[in-house]
Amino acid sequence: MTAQLPTLPTGPAAGPGDGATVVGESLLRGAWHRLRRSPLAVAGAVIVLLFVLVALAAPLLAPYEPASTQWAGDVTPQSVPGPSADHVLGLDSFGSDMLTQLLYGARQSLIVGVVSTLLGLSVGAALGISAGGLGGKVDTAVMRLVDILLSIPSLLLAVSVAAVMGQSQLSVMIAIGVAQVPIFARLLRGSMLSQSRSDYVLAAGALGIRRRRIVLGHVLPNSLGPTIVQATLSLATAIIEVAALSFLGLGDSDPAVAEWGRMLVAAQERFGNDPRLAVYPGVCIAITALGFTLFGEALREALDPRQRR
Amino acid sequence: MTSATTPEPAALLDVRDLSVVFHGSHGDVEAVSEVSFSVRPGEHVALVGESGSGKSVTSLAVMGLLPTRSAKVEGSIRYDGDDLLAMTDHERRDLRGAEMAMIFQDPMTSLNPVVPIGVQIGEVLQRHKAMTGRQARNESGDLLARVGIADGSRRLGEYPHQLSGGMRQRVLIAIALACEPRLLIADEPTTALDVTIQAQILELLRELVSGTGTALVMITHDLGVVAGLCDQVHVMYAGRVVESAPRRPLFARPRHPYTGGLLRSIPRLDAPRGEPLTPIPGSPSDALSWTAGCAFAPRCGNRIDRCTSQTPELAAQHAYEPGYEQALRCFNPIGEETS
Amino acid sequence: MLRFTLRRLALLVPVLFGLSILLFVWIRALPGDPARSLLGERATPEGIRQIRALYGFDKPLVEQYWAYLGQLVTFDFGSSIRDGRPVTDTFLEQFPATVELAFFAIVFAVVLGIPLGYAAARRRGELVDGAVITGSLIGVVIPVFFLAILLKLVFAIQLDWFPTSSRQDARIDATHITNFYVLDGLLTREFDAAWDAIVHLVLPAVALGTIPLAIIVRITRASVSEVLNEDYVRTAEAKGLHPQVVRRRHVLRNAMLPVLTTIGLQVGLLLSGAVLTESVFAFNGIGSYLFDAIAQRDYPVLQGYILFIALIYSLVNLAVDIGYGLIDPRVRVS
Repeated sequence: MTAQLPTLPTGPAAGPGDGATVVGESLLRGAWHRLRRSPLAVAGAVIVLLFVLVALAAPLLAPYEPASTQWAGDVTPQSVPGPSADHVLGLDSFGSDMLTQLLYGARQSLIVGVVSTLLGLSVGAALGISAGGLGGKVDTAVMRLVDILLSIPSLLLAVSVAAVMGQSQLSVMIAIGVAQVPIFARLLRGSMLSQSRSDYVLAAGALGIRRRRIVLGHVLPNSLGPTIVQATLSLATAIIEVAALSFLGLGDSDPAVAEWGRMLVAAQERFGNDPRLAVYPGVCIAITALGFTLFGEALREALDPRQRR
Repeated sequence: MTSATTPEPAALLDVRDLSVVFHGSHGDVEAVSEVSFSVRPGEHVALVGESGSGKSVTSLAVMGLLPTRSAKVEGSIRYDGDDLLAMTDHERRDLRGAEMAMIFQDPMTSLNPVVPIGVQIGEVLQRHKAMTGRQARNESGDLLARVGIADGSRRLGEYPHQLSGGMRQRVLIAIALACEPRLLIADEPTTALDVTIQAQILELLRELVSGTGTALVMITHDLGVVAGLCDQVHVMYAGRVVESAPRRPLFARPRHPYTGGLLRSIPRLDAPRGEPLTPIPGSPSDALSWTAGCAFAPRCGNRIDRCTSQTPELAAQHAYEPGYEQALRCFNPIGEETS
Repeated sequence: MLRFTLRRLALLVPVLFGLSILLFVWIRALPGDPARSLLGERATPEGIRQIRALYGFDKPLVEQYWAYLGQLVTFDFGSSIRDGRPVTDTFLEQFPATVELAFFAIVFAVVLGIPLGYAAARRRGELVDGAVITGSLIGVVIPVFFLAILLKLVFAIQLDWFPTSSRQDARIDATHITNFYVLDGLLTREFDAAWDAIVHLVLPAVALGTIPLAIIVRITRASVSEVLNEDYVRTAEAKGLHPQVVRRRHVLRNAMLPVLTTIGLQVGLLLSGAVLTESVFAFNGIGSYLFDAIAQRDYPVLQGYILFIALIYSLVNLAVDIGYGLIDPRVRVS
């Protein structure tokens, strides 16, 4: 009744134009494409890069030594010298060069922020993976601990830890790290649990692959995406919390270390006359946190396998 | 060639030259183009095609459920003589649920998870039939019984997650038929269900629809469903109707190569063991509009030169049986091949 | 439903228990001698001996813990190092102020946040959406103490539209019954006092509520967007229901679930934010008292206040959980 079934034609008559999605594009490549196209993601990435560069290169960029109060004499109770030829952003209330303090403050925020987030991430991930992977009593114990930690608002948790440990950079890092542990613990546990039910893990188990290999080789790489997203967002929170702890008087007490939060505290008394003393460090904190948040959110959307719109 | 664009006066639903264009971030997509068909009162019509053929979009256009900002609908859709596209949103809303109703593909996600099913049925009754709460409750209980859920009145307080897939679909059917619409559109109502349940649901649909004389538009990719249920069939491909015929002639003497391919690809119980299945080669094209030529040409066994340079029109044919529509969009149909 | 509530309540017990253990360890982890830490500068040999007896620092740990537990259950947290007043007393005294502040802050966040989020979701991709996204992003990252300082600077100092500090103008002779100043003013019909209290609340409440506002906007927007795409919304529209019915019964009832959870979490932000905000505005609540206690290492106050706050936070989240169970029937089964 009918003609022969044809072979697929290969000529120009076939197929729609280019631009359709490529079948089988890897998740990472797809994410990269989406990231490149989103203006918010680009903005976030730019801010983050700028921040890291400034923080790392502070000694090179800063016009003066940090916390050198050689101009303290110019500061009076009524006023603080504003921008001038020698000091692009003027002085701060202690008599140091504002620009220098801001640059070194970035360095401080970066160091403390990164270390505390990494701390929270590693401890939290270890707990979460054990809970999700081992289950049973371990799981219950870890979850109780997480619930307890989460019953105190995170800033106050950091405050309690910092109060116990005394004033130092280390205590701030540990305090903020502790506050971040429960988030990562829950994240990794959830990831472990949802993946242990997934078909590919069941298949691997049926093939006789040992548990540890399944976790290391399959589950962890798949949890990487959400973990990186959360780490980025947590870094934004950490930067704000570092400043908050300084504001509360719990930060590093060494006056030679510039820190944005401490600059805000000092600025409080004077901002009737000199609002810029508060505005500069405050805006730095906000923009840095914004950059990480933008980037983290964009990353989350880019890695979302649902790929909607 | 005469085109099949003359409206049917006696039709309950008459779709003429319908086209739907979506504005997307990747450009405009013509999902439906020059689609025409009609449904008489009490008639059972099937829209058949693979995913992407435009059959669902067509039905959503009839119901008025396409997103207004991204979809542009043109042509005419007449219900009982009135052009739906010329109506206000308010007027269309009065028709939806009361005169024309629709059931969708996935019963697992089509019910509100946080509202009891009694309320989900009752709200249609309260909206269109101005029933009180109590009246709606009683009627809902009856409706549940009619769709085969025993003890209907007692289950009105249950939530969707407490019901199986088949039962949820029954609830959705009850909702659709609650206000006795004259037109029911069923978009792949059994595709997401277990095979054993599929037969039950189809049987239920047939009973209800025949009993009340409701016109049915069945959207499906499964010709088996069509065979048992529908009188008139329209085959769609890439947003266009490519063949229209009453059921028996379509199955016995398919003329469009795509229709032929669909029929051939159905596995048969009486085929010899080990005989390979015969799919239609290739896959449905991405829905970007063709500039010239028949959309099916790349996959077509009857392809001639003309097929890639000219777009065939939908041509009315002599009806094998009076009162039915017959049309064909092909330069080289099965049984009438040139060269 | 009852079983669900009881189960949730039962979960609270081990958490509080664990918290008490943590705090028990915490006191003893303080630098130096715990007794001295609890007394601070006023430590006298006699005082130290008394504290030792009270806390039983010489006794075995288990006995200490029991004694400690006994104290907790009776809410005896000792007295402040700075002013000698019992911690529990000062907390109860200052609590209404912070509650009032938090209340206004959360009302601000919810009343503005949910409609904005909804509007942005409905008009996704348009100008409104863009503005809302940008605004909420800024709102999320701005440190609350910086915002408080800015608001004070602009609206109180430079524009003089609002007072710079405290809860009430000292010149108004207001009667205080409940210590909720606005409520008191209304109850005693001293409307000028009530109004004055409100005026004093505006800036701190806006500062405190901005981050929750931004978060609520974002979650509402995301949630509503997702729900609008759900099949059951399409079913509701296919029924020809009035748009208000679709919005209320089908869209919002589902979209509000994550928002509800987040409001519970916001309370935590409000409590910790209060510590920072109240001090900027010299607002006499637990926040500013705790701020001073932190700065001066007033450990009894620290311990007591943080425990109280954790208790309140847990109870609020419990209430949210129960509320969620009331709305979403699927949760009751698990």
